[in-house]
Amino acid sequence: MHPLNPSHAIVQFDRVCFSYTTEGVIKDVSLEIHKGDYVGIVGPNGGGKTTLLKLILRLLQPNSGIVKLFGIDIKNFKDWSKIGYVPQKTYIEMNFPITVEEFVSMGRYGKRGLFLFPTKEDAEKTRTALKQVDMLKYKDRQINDLSGGQQQRVFIARALASEPEIIFLDEPMVGVDIKTQKQFYSFLQKLNKDLKLTLVLVTHELDVVTHEATKLGYINRTLEYYGDPKGFLKGKYFYELIGKKEVLANAGAS
Amino acid sequence: MPELLNYGFMVRGFEAGIIIAIIAPLVGIFLVLKRYSLIADTLSHVSLAGVAIGLFLRVNPLITAIIVAVISSVAIERLRISKKVFGDSALSIFLSGSLAVAIILISFAHGFGVSLFSYLFGSITTVKQIDVYIIGVLGVLVVATIIAFYKELLYVTVDEEAAKVNGIPTKFINILLIVLAALTVSLAIPIVGALLIAALIVVPVVTALQFKTGFKKTILIAEVVSIFSVISGIIFSFYLNLSSGGTIVLIAIAIFVLTLILKR
Repeated sequence: MHPLNPSHAIVQFDRVCFSYTTEGVIKDVSLEIHKGDYVGIVGPNGGGKTTLLKLILRLLQPNSGIVKLFGIDIKNFKDWSKIGYVPQKTYIEMNFPITVEEFVSMGRYGKRGLFLFPTKEDAEKTRTALKQVDMLKYKDRQINDLSGGQQQRVFIARALASEPEIIFLDEPMVGVDIKTQKQFYSFLQKLNKDLKLTLVLVTHELDVVTHEATKLGYINRTLEYYGDPKGFLKGKYFYELIGKKEVLANAGAS
Repeated sequence: MPELLNYGFMVRGFEAGIIIAIIAPLVGIFLVLKRYSLIADTLSHVSLAGVAIGLFLRVNPLITAIIVAVISSVAIERLRISKKVFGDSALSIFLSGSLAVAIILISFAHGFGVSLFSYLFGSITTVKQIDVYIIGVLGVLVVATIIAFYKELLYVTVDEEAAKVNGIPTKFINILLIVLAALTVSLAIPIVGALLIAALIVVPVVTALQFKTGFKKTILIAEVVSIFSVISGIIFSFYLNLSSGGTIVLIAIAIFVLTLILKR
């Protein structure tokens, strides 16, 4: 068991298990994510990457074990505006009638309680978030007029609008071209370094994680590796994940 | 045109119709975008069972329709969440089940004659003054609720998961939406009828969606289409002696087709 240090830990997992039916999807996972970390979560399909994320976001409840956010048991955690979330794939409906600005302003909704209307401050923060992702000039466009990469930036802007301390991204670059991906990852790097945002990125792209992230988690039902990305490259799980040695050569060279 | 307002039933028809025209797309936009269009249809059949119960018990059918629709809407949503049955199967059960209730009550009473027909397809001549009051009060309530929960409804419709993460009470908002739909559907029965109300909820919204604009603008366009359809539908049905519900829906669909052609 990891020693728990509540002072800097944003996310704490203590022996968390979760299963959809009887078969365990996640078994006995303990981990900590600290302020300023840039954590990449990798692992095979069905290994529990997205499940792990959903447990942190309370979209799923663990069967056993404790999940804490900012030192508070997730069952009692209230301050959800500290959490930013960029969901898997841009599953916004085709033709959803919403402008970029309307979409990003939703990130502020959690800050306002029920019945309360968005304020001037919300409008300003929305624009600031759009500026941060360099999408302000598109604010009146319908979201489906945008390219995949632009849509992804808008998603990030929505997460940024709530002024979170940590952002979770679930496979953000699926179906986006390589050039856009590169820009996107350097943008994430900037968020982590300049804005001191803690990032948790679930991805298939191992080379991204090993180059960009400060910590790597390899989950295949259990959390088999959690630590320095460079160390992971030397370990046995890397081969398990990649399957082929020649891919290893490529990944190392790029 | 003014002579048409000399008839009390026409005035009541316009009053009730315009309120329905305002609330139908407001609820409709969320239903359509959440792929819940079929719920409107189901709730209209449920309301019909409510009407039959009212006629059977000799109380105001609008009131029983509202009560039955609201209770059923909550039951439908709970059954859907429980995942014991697929969402659309839950709708099917309620749709055919309530129709069965309606038909059995009708056969008990050896038919309610023409009045049931007017609840099926809408007939403004049957709208009573008390109905206008009920529609007015509950209509205002529906509008006020949608304004109050606008941001939550929008967030849950666009992205339920992210809404949940942001601390929006998504379960409550989903139930709220379906109750609003139940109210809207049952209130609309006297004007457009149980079998046609789904069209008034869906068609103006789908028309507005063709303009591919922002959310608020889409609502605005849907409102214009809906209000225009209802007012012109009532006027046409009066002069041409047609069913008001049928005329309203056909006008709405004509506008939709025209928009499709122009926006191609």
